[in-house]
Amino acid sequence: MRWIWIDKFLEFKSGESAVALKNVSLAEEHLHDHFPGFPIMPECLMIEAMAQTAGILVGQARNFEEKVILAKIKKAAFYHFVRPGDTITLHAQIDSIAPEAASTTGEIRRGDERIARINLMFSHIDNNLAGAEFPEENFVFTDMFNSLLTGFVETPSEQGQ
Amino acid sequence: MAMSRDEIFEEIKEVLIDALGLDDDEVTAEATLMGDLGAESIDFLDIIFRLEKAFDIKVPREELFPAEAVLNNPDFVSGGKLTEKGLAELKDKMPHTDLTEFEKDPDVNNIADLFTVNAIVNFVETKVA
Repeated sequence: MRWIWIDKFLEFKSGESAVALKNVSLAEEHLHDHFPGFPIMPECLMIEAMAQTAGILVGQARNFEEKVILAKIKKAAFYHFVRPGDTITLHAQIDSIAPEAASTTGEIRRGDERIARINLMFSHIDNNLAGAEFPEENFVFTDMFNSLLTGFVETPSEQGQ
Repeated sequence: MAMSRDEIFEEIKEVLIDALGLDDDEVTAEATLMGDLGAESIDFLDIIFRLEKAFDIKVPREELFPAEAVLNNPDFVSGGKLTEKGLAELKDKMPHTDLTEFEKDPDVNNIADLFTVNAIVNFVETKVA
């Protein structure tokens, strides 16, 4: 099982930018402890949600041939709490992409209000760890991730059909 | 308009402060990226991306940081030291770096010390000229 922190994509411009949406619900159990009586979405999970949005964008730009791993959080600044019942949108864009890595900038919003700014670096690990070997199959982009893109771009599982 | 060496240094200083989360006074011309400034491998790519944007240039990774390719070649490394051939290769690939000190003891562990702020300034100078 993978913990997916985005519910769907709203926009997907291949190789350029993407917008994903997440509905935050009190049914997410961790909110009961974070914090008792004052549930807010943990900021580390907002970073993960952005990493998934931007990571899928980066992976799709190379047709999911690379294993894309979050390598560096360049910036993460948070301006407001996110509460149960909130709908947040994650806006990511590719700044630079090279054979070994990619860099993205992103913003999380609630309506027009800016919640966070999160800039990330991703490593294409097969090209970036001095010949270290990894499993053949792409363990990063699983079916669950692919299903998020259905209707936006052709995913690897569809191409074989 | 051509940039002066000082202007290039100031711009690179900003890049390194942002990429590595440093204070102003940490970035000196002699500082080594890994030893003094704490850069790790992914930071080198971050720095390359930022240099490309800051100076509007293309920076092939193997041009600015060519040591990896040299180190992975058994012709160039023997017993933890660079061979004559390896040293010649490194000289050829790193014209923007002063190798005088390194030549006295071409231990692979000393290669990290070659990546200084000055070397980046030299490299960028050739690109924007």
